[in-house]
Amino acid sequence: MQTLYDKLWQSHIVHEESDKPDGMVLLYIDRHLVHEVTSPQAFEGLRLAGRKPWRLDSILAVADHNVPTTERSYGISDPISRLQVETLDQNCEELGITEFKMNDLRQGIVHVIGPEQGATLPGMTVVCGDSHTSTHGAFACLAFGIGTSEVEHVLATQCLLMKKAKTMQILVEGELGHGVTAKDIALAIIGKIGTAGGTGYAIEFSGSAIRALSMEGRMTLCNMAIEAGARAGMIAVDETTIEYIKGRPFAPKGKLWEKAVAYWRTLKSDEGVTFNRVVGLDATQVKPQVTWGTSPEMVATVDGRVPDPSQIADAVKRHDMEHALKYMGLAPNMPISEIYLDKIFIGSCTNSRIEDLRAAAEVVKGRHIAANIKLAMVVPGSGLVKQQAEQEGLDRIFRDAGFEWREPGCSMCLAMNDDRLAPGERCASTSNRNFEGRQGPGGRTHLVSPAMAAAAAVAGHFVDVREIY
Amino acid sequence: MNKFHSCEGLVAPLDRANVDTDAIIPKQFLKSIKRSGFGQNLFDEWRYLDHGEPGMDVIQRQLNLDFVLNQSRYRGAQVLLTRANFGCGSSREHAPWALQDYGFRVIIAPSFADIFFSNCFKIGLLPIVLDENIVEQIFHAVSVTEGYRLTVNLENQTVTTPSGEVYAFDVDPFRKHCLLNGLDEIGLALQYADKIKVFEEKRRMEQPWLFT
Repeated sequence: MQTLYDKLWQSHIVHEESDKPDGMVLLYIDRHLVHEVTSPQAFEGLRLAGRKPWRLDSILAVADHNVPTTERSYGISDPISRLQVETLDQNCEELGITEFKMNDLRQGIVHVIGPEQGATLPGMTVVCGDSHTSTHGAFACLAFGIGTSEVEHVLATQCLLMKKAKTMQILVEGELGHGVTAKDIALAIIGKIGTAGGTGYAIEFSGSAIRALSMEGRMTLCNMAIEAGARAGMIAVDETTIEYIKGRPFAPKGKLWEKAVAYWRTLKSDEGVTFNRVVGLDATQVKPQVTWGTSPEMVATVDGRVPDPSQIADAVKRHDMEHALKYMGLAPNMPISEIYLDKIFIGSCTNSRIEDLRAAAEVVKGRHIAANIKLAMVVPGSGLVKQQAEQEGLDRIFRDAGFEWREPGCSMCLAMNDDRLAPGERCASTSNRNFEGRQGPGGRTHLVSPAMAAAAAVAGHFVDVREIY
Repeated sequence: MNKFHSCEGLVAPLDRANVDTDAIIPKQFLKSIKRSGFGQNLFDEWRYLDHGEPGMDVIQRQLNLDFVLNQSRYRGAQVLLTRANFGCGSSREHAPWALQDYGFRVIIAPSFADIFFSNCFKIGLLPIVLDENIVEQIFHAVSVTEGYRLTVNLENQTVTTPSGEVYAFDVDPFRKHCLLNGLDEIGLALQYADKIKVFEEKRRMEQPWLFT
């Protein structure tokens, strides 16, 4: 009997370095997604060694981290950012790699466009020089982030030397309450197992609550697997998966489609298989989540309070909590609902897909952002998401409510472009990391779902979205 | 890749858990298209009082004298001692590049994040996992002993303290072999080029939709 991870692993083994079960394996990579930040040194290394990419049609490239989200017709003003994007363009042109350039309608965040194009297909191994590659596991892929040396390795050999991970099943049963989303499941899990809870594991999310999620929700969940420490998160194929892929540009058509679907349906863990670790979560008990600290595991429910370090026995933990509260400018025992915000960011590879924008728009419709909100912005995950949202009139709803409606990219999730927090500013963000300085030096990030970010924009402070719509 | 046999070096203690890659090397320095020069911006937001941007002359910048690496007793440290889940967050190899460029050759912690751990081996930086209690003991020894040094021997897989205590550590045999010999993993993998081609052809026959 095999888990989904075992099946994906097994089907990609080219060579085993030793006969020991924990030995190194040469693993074949089907899809290599490339962006501008982690690839230049890999292309340079390839060139210096006189090597060529092994398989061009496995690569899809896009610039997303450095691109401006404001008017783009003048190009990128920061010369260092511009050089990095131009370097990607040059490398792709020179080698014949498919790239969606900045002003291509299909451009967007790499983890949004892969699935959107059907370039992410079940049963694949998917890698990218980006930790949030775990997102693609939503399609029953073995998808994980790699470093630049590994980017070069995949370019040169189409393979990676890997050690097999342990398996963890996260079983989420029951129906999610109104206003509670995949993001809340993700944060609740991280709160439960910690940011190192998944270290050394590949996580499979299963259970009735997972099956009930849309592909967008599943991507949000798998995206955050890395925040739980797991390099890969994944979900078995079902009708929802197949329906999502059908008709997408890179997806198989006709007879091949039928053949592919028949194979994809086998991509699930065998009934009764044993995982190395099983974690359960009751979906009916999950409430909207808000992080209060500088690690995604520092999370509370919206009706909760900021914790009190004096109640923590473990010295290292207490010290970290005190440090986090100081950085975040929060007092122990303060109700989460009394945290006032300066900025609102709806976007990132976690929550910038059409469903996320719909959920946020539903909350802000007919309302306006509060007077204390200096900036509220929506950054769609791709040009195509933006286009669809505009066709649905969501841009109008956001603009009328006082939001800025921007061009697609990573934006203020990591603030490599001009979108960032000023020191001390506090942001409700639908992104994935609340690390110190992540959204700008001295910036304070609270991770929430799109609906919760929208509700906070309207109220000016955190509120339970379940109470306002 | 740089070879690694052994290291006898000064230990610097970074007493924080969950040190993330954004803290190790902030995002503005990731705009570089080079592989070198990141050491001066290692832990930039903790190390300097002013905000750093690429291209700034670090000599002109204001040091945060409270930050451990700025204390003169830790100058020239080659071993970084830290807490659990070091290197969590992004996959940026710039983090190990920055640590190595600064002068670190070994990082000792109770645990590391997976991608960071793997990235270190690719460049010849050795991450060592030691039991939490041992790490705690070393933290204590470092704080009370100025000039505290450790000897790390990869061949024997040992960490030796000045008083002669020896702690064994685990390392994957393949990774050890690569580090000891400074091997290029790409070159190693390409020895199996024929096997890769056979695998690929079979895959192309069975799942042609993956090859468009």
